[in-house]
Amino acid sequence: MTGTELFIHPSILFIAGAFLIPFLWGNVRKVFLLLIPALALIIVASTAQGTYGSFEFLGREIIFGKVDGLSLVFSYVFTIVAFIGMVYSLHVEDVSQHSAAFFYIGSSLGVVFAGDFAVIFIFWEIMAFASAYLIFAQRDAASVKAAFRYILMHIFGGVCLLGGIVLHYADYGSTLFGPLQQDGSLGFYLILIGFILNAAVPPLHSWLPDAYPEATITGAVFMSAFTTKTAVYVLIRAFPGTELLVWMGTIMAVYGVFYATLQDNMRRLLSYHIVSQVGYMVAGIGLGSQLALNGSVSHAFTHILYKGLLFMGTGSVMFMTGRRRLSELGGLYKYMPITMLLYMIAGFSISAFPLFSGFVSKSMIIAAANHDHRAIIVLLLTLTSAGTFLSTTLKLPYFAFFGKDSGIKAKEPPVNMLIGMGIAAFLCIAIGIFPDPLYNVLPFPVDFEPYTGDHVTSSLGILLFTALGFFLLIKKLKPAPHITLDTDWFYRKGTLIFMWFARKPVGAYEGFITEIANTAIMPFIYAVARLGFRIDRNIVDKAVNGVAGIVMSLSAGVRKVQTGLLQHYAVGMVLGIMVIIFIFSVIVRG
Amino acid sequence: MNGGFWGYLANPENKRKLTIIFIIILVIVFASDFLVHRHHAVFIWDKIPGWSAVYGFVSCVLLIVVAKFFGHAWLYKKEDYYDRD
Repeated sequence: MTGTELFIHPSILFIAGAFLIPFLWGNVRKVFLLLIPALALIIVASTAQGTYGSFEFLGREIIFGKVDGLSLVFSYVFTIVAFIGMVYSLHVEDVSQHSAAFFYIGSSLGVVFAGDFAVIFIFWEIMAFASAYLIFAQRDAASVKAAFRYILMHIFGGVCLLGGIVLHYADYGSTLFGPLQQDGSLGFYLILIGFILNAAVPPLHSWLPDAYPEATITGAVFMSAFTTKTAVYVLIRAFPGTELLVWMGTIMAVYGVFYATLQDNMRRLLSYHIVSQVGYMVAGIGLGSQLALNGSVSHAFTHILYKGLLFMGTGSVMFMTGRRRLSELGGLYKYMPITMLLYMIAGFSISAFPLFSGFVSKSMIIAAANHDHRAIIVLLLTLTSAGTFLSTTLKLPYFAFFGKDSGIKAKEPPVNMLIGMGIAAFLCIAIGIFPDPLYNVLPFPVDFEPYTGDHVTSSLGILLFTALGFFLLIKKLKPAPHITLDTDWFYRKGTLIFMWFARKPVGAYEGFITEIANTAIMPFIYAVARLGFRIDRNIVDKAVNGVAGIVMSLSAGVRKVQTGLLQHYAVGMVLGIMVIIFIFSVIVRG
Repeated sequence: MNGGFWGYLANPENKRKLTIIFIIILVIVFASDFLVHRHHAVFIWDKIPGWSAVYGFVSCVLLIVVAKFFGHAWLYKKEDYYDRD
């Protein structure tokens, strides 16, 4: 399995590129932003399977470049959506966002090619911080708060993951990344928690619908693609066939559509549909058969494209109207017909309409559940299909583009945004009509035909009669400016309870203790302190002053390096990682 | 498809015509489910023609009714809910 030919790790391209972006301007920068993803796509498309870039570190083997069928198919779609997202965000002048996006993409690819847990953990953390920047970059009060909540949740997940990795290493003496023993140990569950937090499995999902709607318009497009799908990737690797995931995935699929039905903010609605769609993938991983795993992989592939397109479509509406809530929109079909058409293509794809991409991938997972005679799973996942069509493809476009005319006169978005959406829309339809190229790159051989008569008629039956329900109950769905309670309540309101507890009972207790201390203990401490002061001034100070003189002259030198700016330290760390990756995957390969 | 097509859909004057077209499509879809060959029927309901149409409709209505019930009873909050102490 050891590859002998050259493998340029695509993460190097993106992360090195991230450092170059600030020094480029104008059209040179635009070309560069497109060139790197294109180059990365060419590289991964021409890479042979094998193990590259492994080396010894502290007596253990660390692998940066494990290339097999599974990692390749994820790297294809990651580089494709990186290209599409970059086309869509070419007009953005804030270079820091481009750099953050490159870090984010590069670290996601780093996870995909990682051969052991240590590498995964490093890239996992870079991903969290780079993506958080895409929320901070929106630069308003709500997004800064949401970004802090986002980063805290991901740090929690990262700590769980790290703890799990350490325990796993203690038990098995290896950090090689592969299917974990279903031993029910603490390490097993900690790694699982770290992974499913990023996959947004309830109740650990609330960071997603909390933060994605607050991200920048272009940032949300990248976020919709990478974080949850890298989590799907690592779950496929480490937890295939874990029964718990079947139920978690199914519950999350229903949970997502349930909450989506209640949303007013367009991107929050779509965020809940990410939760829902990733639910299909997680359920497929839990089922664990070859058909189910193929289904999860192919659904991740199609999902990245249509979900990116959905976020690009709503992003265009936000960009041109400045409004993000359905209750403030309406009647836009007159002004943004192209945007609407492209959005609808994504809507039909996510709803698994025949001839659109979701149809050829989602049905694999349901077929796998069928095959295993999992009646409840099949019924709930089918209900989710109805709910997906209802919110994403009927409710959102109806109230944004038709419905009551809001009087907004918008224009179509800039041409680069339309082109980005156009490429994604083209792929959504192409995969839907010609699924074979996708099926051919799946990790297992595919023996599945989506276009059978009964599958087409039953899918159309579900979707069109959902539409009937929508039109009959349309008045009930009229959006209104609400937010909805979700599990983020526990850390948003829960902290207030904690603060009350800290002020009232704990505060009173502390007052009581202070009272005792002041009257009984403090006079004694003062006496001791006076004695200590005398000793200190006469004996210790003289010695310390001598040492301090030396230390000060030394630290004056060190201070030049220690700028105290977090970004400088981050740059230093990432540079170091890059150099290591570069040295060992390009130079010491093999 | 262009703005004209969307405009046709949005025009209230065409509502009656569009409703009839929609119903015809529903009937065709429902009827076609009786004609197809069912080679991988696993569950009992897979053998019932028109099952998916009924299930889709019921799913949609159930989802709206249940979600809206929970929304109004519990989950809906004013937008400044988290900004208040």
